[in-house]
Amino acid sequence: MTTIAAATAPLRARKLAGRRQWIGLLYVAPAVALVVVFFLIPLGMTAWMSLHNWPLMGEHFYIGLGNYVAILRDTRFWNALRFTAYYTVIVTIAIFVVAFPLALFVERPRPLTNLYRTMFFMPAVVGFASASLLWSWLLNVDSGLFSPAAYDLGLIDRKFNLLATFQPAFWSIIAMVVWKVAGFTMIILMAGLQSIPQDLQEAAVIDGAGPFARFRAITLPLMRRTLALALILSVAGSILAFDQFYIILRGGPRNQTLTAVYWIFNQSFVSFKLGYGAALSMVLLVVLVALSLVQLWLLRKPEGLD
Amino acid sequence: MAQAASRNRKLLARIGEHSTGIIASVLFAAPIVWAVLSAFKPAQEARLPPLPPWPTSGFSLENYATLNSFGDGLWVSAQNSIYVSVMTVVLSVAVSVLAGYGFSRFRFPFKDLFFILILSTIMIPFQSILTPIFLVLTKLGLHNTLTGLVGVYVTLQLPFSIFMMRNAFDAVPREIEEAARMDGASNLTMLLKVMLPLVWPGVVTIALFAFLGAWNEFLAALVLMTDQSKFTLPVMMTALQSGRFGAIDWGAVQAGVTVMMVPCLILFLALQRFYIRGLMAGAVK
Repeated sequence: MTTIAAATAPLRARKLAGRRQWIGLLYVAPAVALVVVFFLIPLGMTAWMSLHNWPLMGEHFYIGLGNYVAILRDTRFWNALRFTAYYTVIVTIAIFVVAFPLALFVERPRPLTNLYRTMFFMPAVVGFASASLLWSWLLNVDSGLFSPAAYDLGLIDRKFNLLATFQPAFWSIIAMVVWKVAGFTMIILMAGLQSIPQDLQEAAVIDGAGPFARFRAITLPLMRRTLALALILSVAGSILAFDQFYIILRGGPRNQTLTAVYWIFNQSFVSFKLGYGAALSMVLLVVLVALSLVQLWLLRKPEGLD
Repeated sequence: MAQAASRNRKLLARIGEHSTGIIASVLFAAPIVWAVLSAFKPAQEARLPPLPPWPTSGFSLENYATLNSFGDGLWVSAQNSIYVSVMTVVLSVAVSVLAGYGFSRFRFPFKDLFFILILSTIMIPFQSILTPIFLVLTKLGLHNTLTGLVGVYVTLQLPFSIFMMRNAFDAVPREIEEAARMDGASNLTMLLKVMLPLVWPGVVTIALFAFLGAWNEFLAALVLMTDQSKFTLPVMMTALQSGRFGAIDWGAVQAGVTVMMVPCLILFLALQRFYIRGLMAGAVK
């Protein structure tokens, strides 16, 4: 008796343990359900809808690749895509030009560094919509800050509407985004700087390397993955830009600042061409997935490690 | 002599560094301070350029009162925003803690597939699947409801928060669980009584990100909430700023922006440690 019990006990325990493992499925079920309902199904539907003429009201019908053919001739979409790319490049450069010096500044421990970090970072926790509303007021020609202040200081001889023409409007948006995002990029770059071993820098100093040489030979190469990450976050955020252009500029002046997401929004929810909007989304998706692959390559572990 | 000169140079360098720090800090803080102070001007004064930013003819809450008179009022939108944000926090914490525990401690079929599926949602932005989300919500009878919006926001949080929670649970030694199991604790009691206190910092981090994400989100709320009584603060403020309720009242805009910014700033300043933790966790991996 005792021997049988002793022999079956581990088996039963293993069976029980096996059943206990299955309970894991229950734990992850709500998360998987949400992802299926709010992500997988909509993703599949986007592909399906893109093959249809799909108005908000009334019947939708299959038109094959009709929407995609229409996209090829949709110069406004390509303009929006080109503008988005232009904005992404400019704003990313601007963010780095501001964030990198800030990261170098707050990286070294010294009195008040924590306070400075917090101050630089504050705009990053404010939402894009709040920041855009705030700046739409500051940029307003009559009731805002910049134009009246420049006028009062005698810098300009009559009030200048920053939002009326493309160049000043575009650069105003860049200024606002840099203000809002630079602190965020700074923290990421700072983490990368702090992970560089101090003795490497010291050894280089002993070897007589100047600050610029050290920056080029040590800081930059060792920060490749951090730089790539900061770059990716900035690019991914900028390609999907919508809030600031919608709230501050309404796509103007003269529709010159319509971004890709803005154009999709207009087609889907202003013109209610849902099928066409879905096809546009598919094009944007392809662009983004291609970029994701480039990102994974940039983020690969340094050779020889791992 | 030489010592004094070097001390002087050091002092100068320090003064230079701190003036840079102070000037940059002022530049970053200025727009926020400007809006918060200007919001306290009487309506007449708020219409003029904000020079100086503080009220010169006495503090007033007039702008907040005006804001409350537009459409369904500030208070309704604020309530909507609070409801959506709090529900997003509660649900995304509940779902992510369960899933993080499940992924960390159990072996079951399709485990890796599910984990990769959840993480990969980060690669495809929700902006590109908003139209079908709109239709799915309609099918579910959740069209134009705050609950539907919460569902979308929770899903948006999942890749980050499940990743965070799985790592947090992975860091807890298994001996602790085995000891608790010896004492006869069931799975769920163990999770709630034994594990949760140990992963608490992770929970605070994901709660903070969920709140900020939901409170600040604009595009989905703009598309999915068609009824004014369902507007969240960003949507309602944008409607006001676009002149939907008549001439734009910039005083009301300043007041609204203040209401939108202040909760984020307070939460960030109070929980800064957790915020930076989350950022680093996302950045390092």
